[in-house]
Amino acid sequence: MVQLTVNGQTHDIDVDADTPLLWALRDELGMTGTKFGCGLALCGACTVHIDGVAMRSCQTTVEDAEGTEITTIEAIEGKAADAVRAAWQEIQVPQCGYCQSGQIMSATALLVENAKPTDEDIDTAMYGNACRCATYHRIRKAIHRAADLMEA
Amino acid sequence: MLHHLEKAIEATNPPLTRRGFLAVTGGAGVGLIVGFSFPRGAKAATGDDQFNPFVMIDSDGIVTVLSKHLDKGQGTATGLATLVAEELDASVEQMRVEHAPAHPEVYKNLLFGVQGTGGSTAIANSFEQYRKAGAAAKAMLVAAAADSWGVPAGEITVANGTITHGSGKSATFGDFAEAASGLEPPAEPTLKTPDQWVYIGKDFPRLDIPNKTMGAPRTYGLDIDVENRLVAVIARPPKFGAVLKSVDATEAKAVRGVVDVRETPVGVAVFAESTWPAIKARDLLVMEWDDSNAETRGSDAILAEFKALAETPGAVAHAADYEAGLAEAETIVEMDYSFPFLAHAPMEPLDITILFDGETATLWTGSQIQTIDQGATAAVLEITPDKVTINTQWAGGSFGRRATTNADYAVEAALLAKIWGEARPIKVVWTREDDIKGGYYRPMYVHKARAGVKDGKITGWHHRIVGQSIFTGTAFESLIVQDGIDHTSVEGIADTTYSIPNMQVELHSPPVGVPPLWWRSVGHTHTAYVMETMMDALAKAAGVDPVEFRLAHLGNDPRKAGVLKLAAEKAGWTEPVGAGRHRGVAVHKSFNSYVAEIAEISMNDGVVKVEKVVAAVDCGIPVNPDNIAGQVEGGLGFGLGAVMRNEITFTDGEVDQANFDTYEPLRIDDMPDVEVHIVPSTEPPTGIGEPGTPPIGPAVANAIGQATGQTPTELPWSKGGLV
Ligand code: FES
Ligand code: FES
Repeated sequence: MVQLTVNGQTHDIDVDADTPLLWALRDELGMTGTKFGCGLALCGACTVHIDGVAMRSCQTTVEDAEGTEITTIEAIEGKAADAVRAAWQEIQVPQCGYCQSGQIMSATALLVENAKPTDEDIDTAMYGNACRCATYHRIRKAIHRAADLMEA
Repeated sequence: MLHHLEKAIEATNPPLTRRGFLAVTGGAGVGLIVGFSFPRGAKAATGDDQFNPFVMIDSDGIVTVLSKHLDKGQGTATGLATLVAEELDASVEQMRVEHAPAHPEVYKNLLFGVQGTGGSTAIANSFEQYRKAGAAAKAMLVAAAADSWGVPAGEITVANGTITHGSGKSATFGDFAEAASGLEPPAEPTLKTPDQWVYIGKDFPRLDIPNKTMGAPRTYGLDIDVENRLVAVIARPPKFGAVLKSVDATEAKAVRGVVDVRETPVGVAVFAESTWPAIKARDLLVMEWDDSNAETRGSDAILAEFKALAETPGAVAHAADYEAGLAEAETIVEMDYSFPFLAHAPMEPLDITILFDGETATLWTGSQIQTIDQGATAAVLEITPDKVTINTQWAGGSFGRRATTNADYAVEAALLAKIWGEARPIKVVWTREDDIKGGYYRPMYVHKARAGVKDGKITGWHHRIVGQSIFTGTAFESLIVQDGIDHTSVEGIADTTYSIPNMQVELHSPPVGVPPLWWRSVGHTHTAYVMETMMDALAKAAGVDPVEFRLAHLGNDPRKAGVLKLAAEKAGWTEPVGAGRHRGVAVHKSFNSYVAEIAEISMNDGVVKVEKVVAAVDCGIPVNPDNIAGQVEGGLGFGLGAVMRNEITFTDGEVDQANFDTYEPLRIDDMPDVEVHIVPSTEPPTGIGEPGTPPIGPAVANAIGQATGQTPTELPWSKGGLV
């Protein structure tokens, strides 16, 4: 039995300690906004915030996640997250959309840390978030736009 | 007909989308579904009033469009909703869109004759159908309002979701939805003329985007968890065509959460209560495989065989006296090319949930060719196709992978359901490794091209292509393969619209024991590369500017010339390129659309970086320009990642790649800045999901040729150290 704090709520989950947080969120808690893309920290689709830091939930076991504050796409909010979502809609970023939960989680973490990222900052922060639909051009635009929205 | 639809609807589980499963029970047939009659005025399962198979309106005035096409990221569903909204004069805010149920007659692709999405046909085949559906619904609303207000219908206007009359009367769609849906629909609803359009040609916002930024539940197939479902993962043969000899599942069965392990015709299936135990247990299976009928060659051996074949005459796809043409030439250009197997690797690996109760089956998946999925599932389960209900989910990409002519992954699910025996939902999950190693690849191809020029004009061309046929042995063989020529192996070359005299195209289609499949833009993935790098090489040999050289051969194709000129103008082709930068151009027609791309690159220590791409596109009437731009941006990014560094190789028949480390997708720092220009057009709309992909490889290759004097011809470029 492990205890997870997700989006401010505590859950007791009966899974093996080596279960990736990703599958605990999806299968045990029914929070399917966090996506499975590779299982090996190679695509970023499963990105969540753990104590405010963007982490790959496919490579974080429930054991390691115990005692932390986990935030998922379903509940992420605040100035940066709101700006990111607004920019994502304004710039019409998603295509298939499957990677976008992860993109939004990574972009939000970036903007919380760095309110005015350069293209290079964006490349570094977003490198691990793959998008097979190649919406990168708009992701970049939308992050800059979100930074402007935060300033306004 | 109606009966089985109702049955199918009853068999559906509790609501899985916000509005629940939508029934085709009300309204009346319009437009192209002549001869199909529905009882009028009936309610859909949701309580909405159904105007026809494509449009429902509820009492709050919410208009729900049923998309007969799978939206796997291309914006198709919003495109269809735009067409309805246009003729209905609805507001953007009141529009919703959901996937239609599976029904081969009502929801068929008018170009395929079955329900299915592909070949960039969604908007092309629906353009009139969905506008008529919207126009019919509007006429019915107006008639109901006229009746209620006691005024002539001709005096009523509809705009932005509001019905009004000069007397000051005003109503929402919801006010008249119920009354209107019981009326006789007009046989031939009048469509607007283009000058009356308020949405077509404007940037209608995509209706799926809000959900996709919120992590909304029950969106993709993988998000579907039907109550009491088991999760299954399958250990498939490591070599294509191998069969299971023995399995020891002792350790696998000991994993907590594993319910059972069963041998199946497609491999060993682990059934578990949730996903992780299934994945974990599969790694613990100890299996032996019989390779006697397996493909055991390595990809190097296959490539060597293809190269040898390219030296011998093939089946003639396009005949001409090329010898005479080449004899006239001043300069001959000869190039050999090789293209690897490619996986589609959609971001959402495949998944499908099936529930079989012994009589009916229900599927939840991003079904791309519903009619084939229905038929193949039914065949396995020994029921009729009408007993198979499909809940089509939004798909996390496809690029062709979800559309197989044998419904491979639906068949697997059906086999598992049959083997399981009890009526329990089974969700088959593919890991990324399953996806990368799973076959259904863009086949390997080798090209050998020889062409001659004189006085700035091509005099003759001899072209040989070697590669597996995608269509041979499928249900579509007779449509696509003629006289031994699979059209998709030679499309883009044998049917080129360049004016090339004395062009002979030959084809070898050797069998390979690896399942092939179309991959975003099919044959154009390799033919455009060869055609367009050859054109550059010939231009160089002729001493003519590459754009001018192409235009000199495009007298018969003004639309292709048009996009080329537009891209050249916008990219400042005739002006010098910046220091350290190099430019390359390519133009190609595919899926009846035309795309030109001009790539600007820099080279650092021999490594290429694509800095910018200027694209011009002509896809007929641009229904949604911003979405068209998005598809060109994404389509060229998808193509760029592949030519740079993607390949599936085999060692002794086993796939060498496994995940995104060994099959690395394009990353954000690889993505160029992209500018897309759209040619205004009054021609019927044509494809946009695929046509952005073919020109990028050759455009960048030509820029590399400019920079280094060497055009890369062995793909991917990572082999030559360029990336
Ligand atoms: S699923 Fe975790 S990084 Fe890909
Ligand atoms: S939007 Fe499809 S993978 Fe990113």
